[in-house]
Amino acid sequence: MSEREQEVSLRQRLSGLSRLPLLRGARLDGEAQRLEKQLERLKQDTSDEAVWRSVELARHPERPYTLDYVARFVDDWVELHGDRGRADDGALVTGLGKIDGRTVALVGHQKGRDVKERIDRQFGMAYPEGYHKAMRVMEIADRFGFPLVSLVDTPGAYPGVAAEQHGQGGAIARAQAEMARLTVPTVACIIGEGGSGGAVAIAVSDRVLMQENAIYSVITPEGCAAILWRDGGQAKKAAAAFKPDALHCFDLGVVDGVVAEPPGGAQTDHDEAARLLKAALVEALEELEDVPGEELRRSRRAKFRGMGVFA
Amino acid sequence: MAGGGKGSKLYEMSEPRFEVQVEHRHAPAPADAKHPNTCPKCGSHYRDDELAASLWVCGHCGHHFPMRARARIEWYADDGSFVEEAGDVRSDDPLDFFDVKPYAERLTEAELNTGQGEAVIVGQASIDGHAVELSVMDFKFMGGSMGSAVGEKFSRACDSALERGVPLVSVTSSGGARMQEGILSLMQLPKTVCAVEDLHDAGIPMITVMAHPTTAGVLASFASLGDVTIAEPGALIAFTGPRVVQETTREKLPDDFGLAEQNLRFGHLDAIVPRAEQRGYLTRVLRLFA
Repeated sequence: MSEREQEVSLRQRLSGLSRLPLLRGARLDGEAQRLEKQLERLKQDTSDEAVWRSVELARHPERPYTLDYVARFVDDWVELHGDRGRADDGALVTGLGKIDGRTVALVGHQKGRDVKERIDRQFGMAYPEGYHKAMRVMEIADRFGFPLVSLVDTPGAYPGVAAEQHGQGGAIARAQAEMARLTVPTVACIIGEGGSGGAVAIAVSDRVLMQENAIYSVITPEGCAAILWRDGGQAKKAAAAFKPDALHCFDLGVVDGVVAEPPGGAQTDHDEAARLLKAALVEALEELEDVPGEELRRSRRAKFRGMGVFA
Repeated sequence: MAGGGKGSKLYEMSEPRFEVQVEHRHAPAPADAKHPNTCPKCGSHYRDDELAASLWVCGHCGHHFPMRARARIEWYADDGSFVEEAGDVRSDDPLDFFDVKPYAERLTEAELNTGQGEAVIVGQASIDGHAVELSVMDFKFMGGSMGSAVGEKFSRACDSALERGVPLVSVTSSGGARMQEGILSLMQLPKTVCAVEDLHDAGIPMITVMAHPTTAGVLASFASLGDVTIAEPGALIAFTGPRVVQETTREKLPDDFGLAEQNLRFGHLDAIVPRAEQRGYLTRVLRLFA
């Protein structure tokens, strides 16, 4: 692509972003200008570098995780534990709480901050039991009319012997099916790594948002490089080829909005990141509030059934 | 052998037969590569016509060789009943994806090598007089990987079944999502799941036959949502294949890790049905849902 073409495509992206109703709340403090600046910077960068920066920021060890956001904008939080079958999976937290005065059900991946917690939570990689727990809470949301908020942050579903034996593939399929059945508003945001099936399992939502520096992808850059280039070290090249960054996901119609982060990334200021995320979530929830349940389900399915590009 | 593979020695598998990769054709050939007509399990060798006559099942040890989609359709469907649908849907290249060669080139190659436009063939058919919709995947087309075109074709098969009020018979054989389409290939998971949910709402049954291999994105979406789900003997059925599990976790893998036999034992399948018996099995189930 020539520089000129690149500039045109970026301008188109920016106009798409400014037209986005979901960004209204997040733009109160001149976020638009900041986005514009970031886009300008993106434009100057080779896009490969920009994509890789997203990969690094999405995995930054100081990046806020689900429970950091819960602590900042969910009131009266009650965590719900266990799948009522086999286990309580710490990689996927679920619970009820209030966001801006309304009760919501929340499901989200949790990576863990220190070494011990990371191991306890399997680095945010859920077992089938985690998805079963999420489905249990989705069902509560549906029965009591609570909107469902999903915060996605996982390298992928756990790739282990027990996970396979307990039906990892089936659990991910059924979690998506459950989400396709819900008659309550559902909003998801990719807040870090949106890794493959383990991510989409809780993101079949009416509105899918993505933080500016999050990534959403079908495979990790390392995994893709190992398969296609036969060299895990080519991750940067792989990421540039499959484009997991927010702007590309937005361009492809996979996410409905991009949520701004504090300058330098969400890890620099958890409070500000939480404020921006909350504003975007509340706005999406308000938009969906008065839509009848059947209509939500119908249009959610229509949206996902329309995804893909083919000839 | 419906209902359990334990009793019969014939179809017992002791170890995974081969590694699954989305791009298996581009893998360097292993040093001990055998002729495709040589049974990887017992070493028996067959002529093409012998294999075709035995439905690509080893007459000596019961190993199931891969079966091409067209051949399977011919085997399942009543003579002349199959009418292909959505045959003109082709993959696009939304990311201008380029690894060691362009995705567009890989697609052309796959079409030339397989004589079909995509990794799935769908259409109307009848099985022993029961009208059905068929969706049959073909591993030979880019490892049966699911991109936008596969998602769309499967989704149209659901619509066709729904419109005509007939059951959907879905045969899966896939390494997973097609990573050359990036995030759009991941979106084919919810897309196909939503299509199946529309079927469920309309009370249309879906019968799934999992052939070797049914893994990753396809297992984590429509393949797992059948009302009745069977598998071929020895088929690898896993979200994450043995090689990756081994490399990531360093866990000791059980001998039958991820195989149909293990999946049956852990409750993920209704039955393991040898190829020769599948048509009869499908007929019986279709009669119950009729």
